[in-house]
Amino acid sequence: MPLPRSIPVALVEEGQRMASICNACRYCEGFCAVFPALERRLSFAESDLAYLANLCHDCGSCYYACQYSPPHEFQLNFPKMLADIRVQTYRKYAWPSPLATLFQRNGMTVSLIASASLVLLLWAMFFFIERSVLFAAHADDAGAFYAVLSHRTMAWTFGIVSLFVVVALAVGLVRFWRETEEKFGAMLSPGPLTDSVADALRLRYLAGGGDGCTYPDETPSHARRWFHHLTFYGFMLCFAATCVATIYHYGFGWKAPYAFSSLPVLLGTAGGIGLLIGPAGLLWLKAIRDPALSGAKQTGMDVGFLALLLLSSVSGLLLLALRQSSAMGVLLGIHLGIIVALFVTLPYGKFVHALYRLAALVRFHLERRRAGPEISAE
Amino acid sequence: MDVSRTYDVLILGGGNAALCAAITAAQAGRSVLVLECAPKHFRGGNSRHTRNLRCMHDAPADVLSDSYPEDEYWQDLLKVTGGQTNERLARMTIRHTATCREWMIRHGVRFQPPLGGTLQLARTNAFFLGGGKALLNAYYRTAEALGVEVAYDTEVTELNIRDGKFTSAIVARDSVQHEIQATAVVAAAGGFESNLAWLREAWGPAADNFLIRGTPYNMGRVLRVLLDGGAKSVGDAAQGHCVAIDARAPKFDGGICTRVDCVSLGIVVNRDAQRFDDEGDDFWPKRYAVWGRLVAAQPDQIAYSIIDAKSMGKFIPPMFPPIKANSVRELAQALELDPAALESTVAQFNQAVRPGTFDHTLLDDCATAGLSPPKSHWARPLDTAPFFAYPLRPGITFTYLGVAVNERAQVIWQDDRAAANIFAAGEIMAGNVLGKGYIAGIGMAIGTAFGRIAGKEAARNAAP
Repeated sequence: MPLPRSIPVALVEEGQRMASICNACRYCEGFCAVFPALERRLSFAESDLAYLANLCHDCGSCYYACQYSPPHEFQLNFPKMLADIRVQTYRKYAWPSPLATLFQRNGMTVSLIASASLVLLLWAMFFFIERSVLFAAHADDAGAFYAVLSHRTMAWTFGIVSLFVVVALAVGLVRFWRETEEKFGAMLSPGPLTDSVADALRLRYLAGGGDGCTYPDETPSHARRWFHHLTFYGFMLCFAATCVATIYHYGFGWKAPYAFSSLPVLLGTAGGIGLLIGPAGLLWLKAIRDPALSGAKQTGMDVGFLALLLLSSVSGLLLLALRQSSAMGVLLGIHLGIIVALFVTLPYGKFVHALYRLAALVRFHLERRRAGPEISAE
Repeated sequence: MDVSRTYDVLILGGGNAALCAAITAAQAGRSVLVLECAPKHFRGGNSRHTRNLRCMHDAPADVLSDSYPEDEYWQDLLKVTGGQTNERLARMTIRHTATCREWMIRHGVRFQPPLGGTLQLARTNAFFLGGGKALLNAYYRTAEALGVEVAYDTEVTELNIRDGKFTSAIVARDSVQHEIQATAVVAAAGGFESNLAWLREAWGPAADNFLIRGTPYNMGRVLRVLLDGGAKSVGDAAQGHCVAIDARAPKFDGGICTRVDCVSLGIVVNRDAQRFDDEGDDFWPKRYAVWGRLVAAQPDQIAYSIIDAKSMGKFIPPMFPPIKANSVRELAQALELDPAALESTVAQFNQAVRPGTFDHTLLDDCATAGLSPPKSHWARPLDTAPFFAYPLRPGITFTYLGVAVNERAQVIWQDDRAAANIFAAGEIMAGNVLGKGYIAGIGMAIGTAFGRIAGKEAARNAAP
């Protein structure tokens, strides 16, 4: 009897059927890490498929190169199958386990959580804060934000949310790694770790054979890679802005809002622009992607996460632009509501791909350093 | 496809050679129409299933190690063909492979290091990233960007040839006939391996049990039209690249993954549970094409490759799972062979095995003594349960019968005159170079060389 959270048997069997074809063919070996990893195996257990699924960057190159893709009678749509398994693994590793159901209809879930977070925050602001304060035009003085919402409230809210998020993500990662049967310490082996971080930072496997991945259609292009770079580095810049601001606040006692020319604002603005163009571009590519490769579950989840990223950058940049106006109070509420929603849903949405993909790459680089199966020349 | 105009160059076929010709002619400024009888998804004939190009090179170059000089390439070709090759055309092809990779890369093809399990080809063969379909996709993108028109699902039924000169082609699409005018034509429509009736004509009733590894669309219609129209033929209709593949493969289009690579690790028996050839004669890459013919010569064209637990996991895992049993008797029952006969064959084989040091990476000293047929290398007793079997059938990859051409890729008539405006490239003329036998990556070499030559010559012929 499979565990309730296991990947459905039919899907695993379909994965085994397809992986066996790929293992006998091997034409796609040069596209990415998935095929060399697959070729180290003679058979495919659920855990092997889970690993391969998380190693796959869904670039589509193998699908368009495949001699066996539908309507061929082998009906081989390898990346789509891996995408279906990947979504299942997100459920499987989620913590606390009952919340794994959030991955069902994830797009809907994420938007509901976002709406709830917004409504709750705005309601609280209207309820607790005097109208004259909330709708006052602000002089952009230090501490202007905290006149609306106290620093203590913000810090506690985000502190608790962050702690929960970090624990949930960490447990998910442990669950993923446990299934690989690698030692826990191996995850931090310097060589494999450095290699996989380098792969991730460069998005090496979104380069196809060098011409880019076949996304959104069969023409190779670097569009997705660049939009993803903008998204990722935009996210990191915003994160850096927050860290610098935290140091300003606690280390130097300087209170937000900071000058337009200050480091946190510059970092946040650059990151915000990245998070504006990146997710918008990814959403656009997703909208025009070859339907043969896009699954409804995957798309809902991707769109949910991308939309939240986009909303956080839009609301953040608006807040920056209008922070001296009477709209500041409400905008601050909206922005913080979106950020809370983004954080709360991190362990239950598309964001987890970053963690599992990186861990899968670490495993790939661990395996790569070992001798492969002794197979005679064909 | 515009029936009211006269195209400069009409290309019959949509595989590697056809696209090389189309791109070359379009770059020369000619209007080009490609007629592909398959639907778009299955375009490209057998090129879809290819994976590498045998390349001459005098020094290590990107994905190729060491060197593979012209003469060694030529000697390899001479050996497998037993002299059934035209040295002039063969050497032209070989020399072409020394430089054509640059052209291929410029038109979107990407190469990768040799695939897992193919290290023995690292010196001689450049592998396409993603295989032949990826190569075709790149060529189609290039061709379309150059303004080449492609008509899918369009079959050539007739060629109008007057006084040795091509004037138009009759084609059928959606059961409607059209006449396409063109100044020059390139026949690059492959062989006849999908035409079961023709195979039967050439091979006899045994052909009914053949599997076709490649496209179901190579019906040989253009080849037939040319031969019937007076083109000189090369090659023998009963010659083809024929490989022993898994009997459970589909009738058509199973491609590479239907291979079974464990013949040299065990024994092979026929329907009567008898061995019929030396399984360890040479390395498998040199033998798989031989085994296709060996199986074809057996009753019912069926054979069974049998190994024991010692060999499991030591070869590229085939797509189909092995038939597994805990004893030779049970295995025979599962295969519906005579259990006593199989037990006796295995017992005789096991007794004949001489002690040796097994090493599958070299021609080792594990051989049988006093057994007929012998097993010359890698002979180990089948004594460790479980036992595994893979059923084998002949799998036709491509046929060699073709039209004769000259070095300008012009089709040669039976009276040895060259056709002025009819050119041929690819499998339809491969028999000029490869009249018999097989070496990996030669088909793409011939197709690329002659595709480009045919494109250039057709463009020149159609010059305004």
